[in-house]
Amino acid sequence: MTTAVNLETEVWRALDAVLDPELDQPVTDLEFVSRVAVDRSDVQVDLRLPTYFCAPNFAYLMVADAHDAVAELPWVRRVRVRLLDHFASEEINAGVAAGDGFDAAFPGLAAGELEELRTTFLRKAHLAYQEQVAQQLLRSGTGLEQLVQVRLGNLPPSQALDRLRRRRDQLGLPSGPDAPLLVDDDGAPVPVEGLSARLRFARTTRVSIEGNAGWCRGLLDTRYGPGGGTARPGLH
Amino acid sequence: MYEKDGTKYFIVDSHIHAWDGTPANQANRYGEGFLNCFFDYHRNLSPESEIWTHEQFQKQSEEKILHDLFEVGYVDKAIFQPTYLTDFFVNGFNTTEQDGALAEKHPDKFIVNGGWDPRDGEAGLGALERLAERWQLKGTKLYTAEWKGESKGWKLTDPWSYRYLEKCQELGIRNIHIHKGPTIYPLNRDAFDVADVDDVASAFPELNFIVEHVGLPRLEDFCWIATQEPNVYGGLAVAMAFMHHRPRYFAQIIGELLFWLDENRITFSSDYAIWTPKWLVEQFVDFQIPEDMQDEYGVLTTDVKRKILGLNAARLYDIEVPAEMRAAEPEVPAGREPVASELNQEVLSS
Repeated sequence: MTTAVNLETEVWRALDAVLDPELDQPVTDLEFVSRVAVDRSDVQVDLRLPTYFCAPNFAYLMVADAHDAVAELPWVRRVRVRLLDHFASEEINAGVAAGDGFDAAFPGLAAGELEELRTTFLRKAHLAYQEQVAQQLLRSGTGLEQLVQVRLGNLPPSQALDRLRRRRDQLGLPSGPDAPLLVDDDGAPVPVEGLSARLRFARTTRVSIEGNAGWCRGLLDTRYGPGGGTARPGLH
Repeated sequence: MYEKDGTKYFIVDSHIHAWDGTPANQANRYGEGFLNCFFDYHRNLSPESEIWTHEQFQKQSEEKILHDLFEVGYVDKAIFQPTYLTDFFVNGFNTTEQDGALAEKHPDKFIVNGGWDPRDGEAGLGALERLAERWQLKGTKLYTAEWKGESKGWKLTDPWSYRYLEKCQELGIRNIHIHKGPTIYPLNRDAFDVADVDDVASAFPELNFIVEHVGLPRLEDFCWIATQEPNVYGGLAVAMAFMHHRPRYFAQIIGELLFWLDENRITFSSDYAIWTPKWLVEQFVDFQIPEDMQDEYGVLTTDVKRKILGLNAARLYDIEVPAEMRAAEPEVPAGREPVASELNQEVLSS
């Protein structure tokens, strides 16, 4: 007999897979999930963000992804995800509940769905992880000429590598042991010409993503108080 | 003017407001949300001793503005950047007229910038002419995420925007300050994308495009454009304030900017009244890139600090700088190779 607490834990675990597309971190780690309530097969999830004016497109993606992640649990029949304290809460919550997509949630204001936006940020994250892994190799003496030859299968396990592989799968890029570490947005190997500039830009991208994540965490704390009432069982 | 260890710094605060965020002026929940968002920025990044109450934050009296900027804040010249937000605030949040009222009383202290919105069409062009004449404009602030009825924003590359930029050129408004915001049509794209800056910077080489907040949260995209467009500048509003609680991140921002641009295209701003210049100036003069990051980013010299704190903005706005506060090294001629020219060449040819 599964207890309600276990069901709740399952919901939290499902939400661990939902990322803030811009920050490339799970919404649970970021403490954007303020509440999970389970009533037999009905689940309610509340999300809140660092500011009232966080970009509505990213907010929509998180609400929709949270909805889908929880709905995939075999015992769940009904999911309600509510975004709180946001200028577009009403449109986003209604849009996700209706399942009509982003364009329909903002009539006349959007020109299509959010897949392109998601791809843009997956590419940024992928670039940043490539740089992180490449940087470790460069520090241990690998030259640029060798670096373009490195394949994923040659690399020691690391968190950055796991994340890089996951982003590649999401982007439909090669992620097997024979895939080069350094590929461009289309999956083509990166030539050694222009590599140092490419890596330099990738590092700027990483600084930017990490910096934004820190800023968002800080603003969330300011808005809701440190630890601001997220109620994950067993963690707080 | 700020003096430390025998060095004098000329201070231009390039981004300030005289705003009215009081509940009486909030037109709706969006106005309230906007002010509270700013207040959270203020509370999150200010040193403990500098945090105001919500009421103090809503609006500042003329006396308080003069005190914070000039009596204790070391500022020699402050540049008003208007933010109209007339959909959120009954009389506007911080209009050219509001700012101008103060500037007229203290002409030696303030520079007033204007604002325009391409969605105002032909009528707006006439209004811009009148505004330019009334305030002798040398600069304008643009807020692309401004709501206007059904519209939730605009792009610098909109056809009417080009008409306005041509008008700026004609009127001698050389400095175009750009602020990106979270909502812009179409909502399914990244509102913070700075690609439109690239296009207009190429199309209007005579104008300077100062991207406020150095493109944050898209620092990388901003740097990429600024390294290729010599008339793109980075305004440090918001970025400055990371110095106190997040010095390592601040070092990264400054380090990245110095790498991709150079020290001649970065300008100091407090974003008053979100933060006050006193602590920002004091801390920046004392600031240094942490030792373990110096291999990557180098160090901040006195001259670099002088340029960022005032000399660069003084050049943009033709402000006279006393001889003893100029940089020790001669001013670099425009079009000089950027610091990271070797790498930048590689970037430019790819």
